[in-house]
Amino acid sequence: MHSREYEPVICFETHVELKTKSKLFCNCAVTHKARPNTQICPVCTGQPGALPVLNKKAVEYAVRAGLALNCAINTRSRFARKNYFYPDLPKGYQISQYELPFCEDGYLEITGDDGRPYTVGIKRIHLEEDAGKLVHSASSFEESEYSLVDYNRSSVPLLEIVTDHERNPLRSVREAKAYLEKLRQVLKYIDISDCVIERGQFRCDVNVSVRPKGSSHFGNRAEIKNMASFKFITDALQYEIQRQVELIESGKEVPQETRLFDETKKITLPMRTKEDAPDYRYFPDPDLVEVELEPGFIESIEKTMPELPDQRVRRVIDAYGISKSDALILTKDRNVINFFETCASTCSNPKKLCNWIIKDLFKLLNDASLTIESSPVAAEDFSRLVNLISRGEITEHMARAILEEMFVTGEGPEAVIERKGLKPIKDAERLEEILGEVVSDNPDIVSQIKAGDTKPLNYLMGQVMKRTGGRADPRTVRKLLAEKIKS
Amino acid sequence: MELCDQSVSQLAQMLRKGEVSARQITESVLKRIDEKEQLIHAYITVTRERALEQADLADRRFARGKRVPLLNGIPIAVKDNLCTKGIPTTCGSRILENYIPPYDATAVKRVLNSGAVLIGKTNMDEFAMGSSTETSAFGPTRNPIDPRRVPGGSSGGSAAAVQAGETVLAIGSDTGGSIRQPAAYCGVVGIKPTYGRVSRYGLVSYASSLDQVGAIGRSVEDCALLLNAICGHDRLDSTSADIRKPDFRRFLKKDIKGIRIGLPKEYFIEGLDQGIKNQVYQAVALLEHNGARTVEISLPHTRYAVSAYYLIATAEASSNLARYDGVKYGLRSDQEHADTVYMYEMTRSKGFGLEVKRRIMLGSYVLSAGYYDAYYLKAQKVRALIKEDFDRAFESVDCIITPVSPCPPFELGEKVQEPLQMYLVDIYTVSLNLSGLPGMSVGCGTVDGLPVGLQIIGRPFDEETVLRVGHAYEEISRNAQPGI
Repeated sequence: MHSREYEPVICFETHVELKTKSKLFCNCAVTHKARPNTQICPVCTGQPGALPVLNKKAVEYAVRAGLALNCAINTRSRFARKNYFYPDLPKGYQISQYELPFCEDGYLEITGDDGRPYTVGIKRIHLEEDAGKLVHSASSFEESEYSLVDYNRSSVPLLEIVTDHERNPLRSVREAKAYLEKLRQVLKYIDISDCVIERGQFRCDVNVSVRPKGSSHFGNRAEIKNMASFKFITDALQYEIQRQVELIESGKEVPQETRLFDETKKITLPMRTKEDAPDYRYFPDPDLVEVELEPGFIESIEKTMPELPDQRVRRVIDAYGISKSDALILTKDRNVINFFETCASTCSNPKKLCNWIIKDLFKLLNDASLTIESSPVAAEDFSRLVNLISRGEITEHMARAILEEMFVTGEGPEAVIERKGLKPIKDAERLEEILGEVVSDNPDIVSQIKAGDTKPLNYLMGQVMKRTGGRADPRTVRKLLAEKIKS
Repeated sequence: MELCDQSVSQLAQMLRKGEVSARQITESVLKRIDEKEQLIHAYITVTRERALEQADLADRRFARGKRVPLLNGIPIAVKDNLCTKGIPTTCGSRILENYIPPYDATAVKRVLNSGAVLIGKTNMDEFAMGSSTETSAFGPTRNPIDPRRVPGGSSGGSAAAVQAGETVLAIGSDTGGSIRQPAAYCGVVGIKPTYGRVSRYGLVSYASSLDQVGAIGRSVEDCALLLNAICGHDRLDSTSADIRKPDFRRFLKKDIKGIRIGLPKEYFIEGLDQGIKNQVYQAVALLEHNGARTVEISLPHTRYAVSAYYLIATAEASSNLARYDGVKYGLRSDQEHADTVYMYEMTRSKGFGLEVKRRIMLGSYVLSAGYYDAYYLKAQKVRALIKEDFDRAFESVDCIITPVSPCPPFELGEKVQEPLQMYLVDIYTVSLNLSGLPGMSVGCGTVDGLPVGLQIIGRPFDEETVLRVGHAYEEISRNAQPGI
């Protein structure tokens, strides 16, 4: 059999850091900026006798995620202890969920490899606490003379989202990537996490197995850990799928094991076998009571759920008459579509607005490595700029120069126009003068046009624009030029 | 009678009349400690200077005159598994020998806020695992009534200190009988309130679903006064009950006419010391004579209680004690460590005593994949059945009376080598922890000079009835004494 005749089955366990103000089980602040071990208390450092108290906001966020991912919400939920020893784990166990997670049996719609919508099965979503962070004296744990622990991150709330391996699993690296991007987009839309990958706010472990296409059995799976970006995840998956297919092709068995991704070599390496898998001795945490969601709690969250990406795409197409591909680009990031809609409320030409965001504003932002939230150009100013173009008060060429200036100074378009003397030349007499010069300087071309070849007209147009510094309205110039040559 | 042997209400009165100062009371207690402590060893830490400072503070509070809490100036000892800010809290273990908590347990905070004077931290079985205070890493406590014998455990230090006048009041904790049994052995009063009545915040966990903080004193009234100070909802403990907190002294003197007392037949069987049995029956007869009615009841799942208890308690303990790993605080083995796992092994091998290790291993086994259902889950089912037994019984009775311990205080070393024998000492007490019910031990005479404890069990959150029956019994038996 050829590798094309195999299909992978891919499952993700994604850990998302929630943007609550305080930690999951104590009042310490959640922050990335503080000095080590300054955001700690008896609870999150596992002092003897300290007890956890659940952060209600985190529960709300978990339910919000469950609703966004079409899950059934358990009105009765329970925390469990996952027992293992590690220096970054202050209590010797992690408070997580095992039986009765907050959300189960959902799905997330992506575009499948066949171009059609595909609803990826979500098995469960549960809350758990993060561990602290080890800081090694050398680049790795093994080589280090000593390691220090920073407990600022200890007990920060994480949401674990697990996809289903049986119900509509991911079937290719492309689908895997589409899932992760869509998941991240949705979580940012519902505003429960910043999902900054570099800060570890969106971390994935992935399970992958391969099987002959059409088979309903599952092969032995490998769990891959330690992938710090989407790129690494796709690299790891590509390598691992190939490796497993080769093993099967050569008549060998794929061992069930946990593997680590090596970022430099772009390969996966064995970490531990199934036999070495730890027994976490899960049991219900007796320090926390079962969580009963009060009647009305889920409804109240449902009512305040923000619009999700798919809904928003449909709505902005209807509302602004922009194309689907443009709508997809704009809605990719909630802040972009928010910017667009803020502008659109005062803008007469949404299509032009859309183009100017996608082509011009994005370019400036990219060059400056800025995101739209930190754009120096305010939405109201941007909207007025597009209106000036639409009304023909400035040329697109001028608008580009004005925008660049606005981007640097943060001024409104009018202020830039005023300061730079960029007022369009509408004055017919002044134009007349320049036109006269251009016509008399180019007699050959004029006669060519008179003979019926209209192509060189553009050259004359260019000359006029050059001499006016681009401040003339092209339509007026063209009209006046044509009249002048005829006469 | 020395000041340190007086009751709380007597001392409170004297303080208010200006007949005595808080400092004098504290000095009296410290003097008694100087006399007795070498033999009894009730304390791990005595906070002498701090106690005198607090006593002076209490005196200044009286001088200022405004509404002073009842416990102001009253000496109190705290079991060494309740965190005290800036004062070592060892749990009777080498692994926490040098541990100084950065915070006060809620119960401690509350007694300090009510003006009580902290005398020190009392000895206990290591991590509250034991029934004799012999598993303490810092040496055993002796029973003040007969120093060859154990004071019971695990709150043996607290009970012994109260009996010896080395304090007036003491806070203990009770996971399977650890307040009631030492109270019985030392001839004092000890009450374990309903689970959730006193915050567990700052109580170093042994078995979270069973642990409860409680009071030890020389009379029911003293215990009621201490309960008034430490009870009440605490949002730092998710298992703390958010319900009305009564004034436990208010109905203490209400008579017991018509009160229905249940006597569970499963508690008066083979294995119970004949002398103890007689004492308990006599006590019941006295109560009947004063208007109480007795009913024989059945708690059919009693015989599974000790097994279920040791499965659940050890399972929770195995996880609760995982934090003592040498990384953050407490003992770290000073050997060269090839890796972290070796450091854990060395630290925990050196830091924990035999009984603690035994329970960690048992508990880890109970929770292991493949055994969880057969042990932990089954024990939880038994626990539910035991609770149902009590629920049913309380449909027809107002309280239940049993012995506290099947045997009188035993000699030091007598049961150390036989853990199962030691576990059976808890046979009458563990069911209350499994079902969360309040229970109190009140002295009911002696057998061969050794004190016997009467256990009074109440409905959930009905400590008032327990206290009322206990107080009535104290009164009746005192008056009846000449006749016995």
